[in-house]
Amino acid sequence: MQLKEKLLSSYMAFEETIDLENSIHDIRNDAIKFFEQSGFPTKKLEAWKYTSLNSILKEDYSIFPKKEDTIEYRDIKKYCVHDIDTYQIVFIDGIFASHLSQTTHDKLDACLMSSALNKPKYKPIIKKYFNKVAPKESLTALNTAFSYEGAYIKIPKGVAAEKPIQILNFSTGNEHALMIQPRNLIIVEDNAQVQIVERHQSLTENAVLTNSVTEIFVGKNADLDYYKIQNDKITSSLIDNTYISQERDSNASVHTFSFGGKLTRNNLNFYQNGSNINSTLKGVTIIEGKQHVDHNTLVHHKKPHCESHQDYKGIFAEKSTGVFNGKVLVDKIAQKTDAYQSNNNILIDDQATINSKPQLEIFADDVKCSHGCTIGQLDEEALFYMQSRGIPKKEARALLMYAFANNVLNSVKIPEIKNRITKQIALKIGVELGFDL
Amino acid sequence: MPYTEHELEQDLKNKEYEYGFYTDIESDTLPPGLNEDIVIAISKKKEEPDWMTAWRLEAYRHWKTMAEPNWANIGYEKPDYQNISYYSAPNKKPKYESLDEVDPELLDTFNKLGISLDEQKKLAGVAVDVVMDSVSVATTFKKTLAEKGIIFCSISEAIQNHPELVKKYIGSVVPPKDNFFAALNSAVFSDGSFCYIPKGVRCPMELSTYFRINQAGTGQFERTLVIAEESSYVSYLEGCTAPMRDENQLHAAVVELVALDNAEIKYSTVQNWFPGDKEGKGGVFNFVTKRGLCEKNAKISWTQVETGSAVTWKYPSCILKGDNSIGEFYSIALTNNFQQADTGTKMVHLGNNTKSTIISKGISAGRSQNSYRGLVKVSPRAKNARNFSQCDSLLMGNKCGAHTFPYIEVSNKNAQIEHEATTSKIGEDQIFYCNQRGIDTEKAIALIVNGFSKEVLNKLPMEFAVEAQKLLEISLEGSVG
Repeated sequence: MQLKEKLLSSYMAFEETIDLENSIHDIRNDAIKFFEQSGFPTKKLEAWKYTSLNSILKEDYSIFPKKEDTIEYRDIKKYCVHDIDTYQIVFIDGIFASHLSQTTHDKLDACLMSSALNKPKYKPIIKKYFNKVAPKESLTALNTAFSYEGAYIKIPKGVAAEKPIQILNFSTGNEHALMIQPRNLIIVEDNAQVQIVERHQSLTENAVLTNSVTEIFVGKNADLDYYKIQNDKITSSLIDNTYISQERDSNASVHTFSFGGKLTRNNLNFYQNGSNINSTLKGVTIIEGKQHVDHNTLVHHKKPHCESHQDYKGIFAEKSTGVFNGKVLVDKIAQKTDAYQSNNNILIDDQATINSKPQLEIFADDVKCSHGCTIGQLDEEALFYMQSRGIPKKEARALLMYAFANNVLNSVKIPEIKNRITKQIALKIGVELGFDL
Repeated sequence: MPYTEHELEQDLKNKEYEYGFYTDIESDTLPPGLNEDIVIAISKKKEEPDWMTAWRLEAYRHWKTMAEPNWANIGYEKPDYQNISYYSAPNKKPKYESLDEVDPELLDTFNKLGISLDEQKKLAGVAVDVVMDSVSVATTFKKTLAEKGIIFCSISEAIQNHPELVKKYIGSVVPPKDNFFAALNSAVFSDGSFCYIPKGVRCPMELSTYFRINQAGTGQFERTLVIAEESSYVSYLEGCTAPMRDENQLHAAVVELVALDNAEIKYSTVQNWFPGDKEGKGGVFNFVTKRGLCEKNAKISWTQVETGSAVTWKYPSCILKGDNSIGEFYSIALTNNFQQADTGTKMVHLGNNTKSTIISKGISAGRSQNSYRGLVKVSPRAKNARNFSQCDSLLMGNKCGAHTFPYIEVSNKNAQIEHEATTSKIGEDQIFYCNQRGIDTEKAIALIVNGFSKEVLNKLPMEFAVEAQKLLEISLEGSVG
């Protein structure tokens, strides 16, 4: 049975387990209908020109995994940011694992989507925010139809979260192949602040397909700092859809670190609904083997005096493929926009490929918009210079690559994350840097 | 002595015969619509050999299976392909009797461009009372060219006289099945230019269709084929700066360039088709497929200045097949009022050490939409490929749009690719500075636009560059609010 048919019939089974009276049921119904019409995206669509889902849709995924209780903290410790105090929302095979999590309702809400969807207390919030920024796209609609579990985070007005929140999704491989669809809703109210770390990790070599949707609302003068760490097994694929709606004077930044996974697609979308907004999108991609990472970004400037800054660096080895598809859209009234988009890539091996498509669509005249894209190699002269000063070639290459990625790391505000990423980069490049960064 | 229309006709007939241009005065316009019979009829009217008819038919059969592309960032009412007449005899009858009947706006433009009175008449379609100057000019040209062994004639004539060359090269760069408009063109192309430069010959003058078109009448479906043999050089000019009014709404031309080992082709275009009136009504649709093939050490350079057409859909491309080959693309696309342009280039790097440069300047004013769409592709076997792309857009007013869609596909680690794009407007301080020094705003804008376009204008042949510069000024007139 094709995955699409399987999903459609699973939806009927899913309907039996949920509360049909719930107001979001209509949204789910609409979404499944939309998915039925549109199906999975193919390479014929401009946005999917360079990424084919064929290889990952072949698997016979199970949609409703059993609850798994045997996972202990020590199994997952190395995948968490454990050296600082954080809130943790942990899911095992898409199901909330209370014994591993640390949630809160004190001052701020860091808890579960399922309870937010079902408890009457949250009804007005769900009504106001749920599925409000996610557009009608087939994969997002598929997630909406099955939306049930995920992280629900709400930072009330004027509250600065005193510690970062981690959203961790693990898959155990109990099933031969598993498809999970986490649905996150994050609301940062006016003048609030939060830092969030998100990770998807498979614990075994069994196939996993994650189709995640995160809706984020950033209120006036609020501050969101989001880190996505993607370093999964070669059998796991991730389609991450993140939609961020920003109000005036707010800051939002998303750092995406893609170091592994069979196929990773990041759909990252920013919508600026007020003036004086700052949006930052940064990413480092270092992959090898036959891995495929696709960054598909959109920044929609709808109001005047806003800024956006995109900086994506990629290092591609062996037969890996990288895609960057960035779009900056400037509306007619969004005068004085300052948008910058940069995509730099290094190809290490002959069979590595990069497809880059940085796009600008501009309808306002008084703007400063630019983009740059480069593809090249490490500077031979710089390598020679270092070698002539006694630095072995391998280290010299690592240093240069580290320097290449460093721009992106500069803006990481959580030192522990910076350290972990630095180590990860060193590991990826295959060298001990010998200094702490 | 009064010079009658009939005499002119006779004169032209003789002249054209004398200089080898193909005319078919007897032929009528074919009925509108497109089917295999029409394709065969066109081929027959042109007395083409069987292989050509078969080639057209194959293209037509494939075209039938294709759908009109709609991925470009343009919106227009699709033409009804069954409602177009695909062949009409060249119009020998002058449209007007004297210059007084011609649209004064058009004449105004002519004067600004500094076009001579005789030429003005020719361009506007006024009966000309002197036998055309350019005919004699063309004759001298022809002589020089013939001495060098250069063939420069219409494609129909080439099919008759040099079938071996045409057969070998036609469709070799733009296959008939390449895309919707190329297939359509291959099936029904009416005429066009053919140019062949023999081995080791450096063409002594700029070849221009301008001279030829005066006689043959421009076709709706033009087909151009330029072949530069080993170590030869040619500079080819297409179009002219004067506004071209044309009743044909749809133009689907195909241009093929073949640069063999060590050859160099420089292809310059100035396009100024009727862009429609200020409300955006009418205007020409220009859907062109232009592509060049570079063999070893060869170089192809495209330069274009686009100011006309209601809708432009055009991507002059280079296939860098041979090692060390070079592709260049310099473009200015200016859109005003309701014009839409989706233009750019494709640089396909296949050989080792291939280089390409892309400089694209887009200027949008009024309510126009101007897009750059370009592809830089480095195949896995193309070592040391080098590309530099720069796309700058200038916006005037907040009702227009400027868009950039670069596609960069690299599969070789030795490639070095740079792309940058900027979008900006004319700074108020720049205008203020000019005003302060006694230059009025309109002139100041012309000055700044010229500066912005300089890099590309410099690549045009001298006379062309001067005209193109003026053309930019005129096209922007009244766009300053």
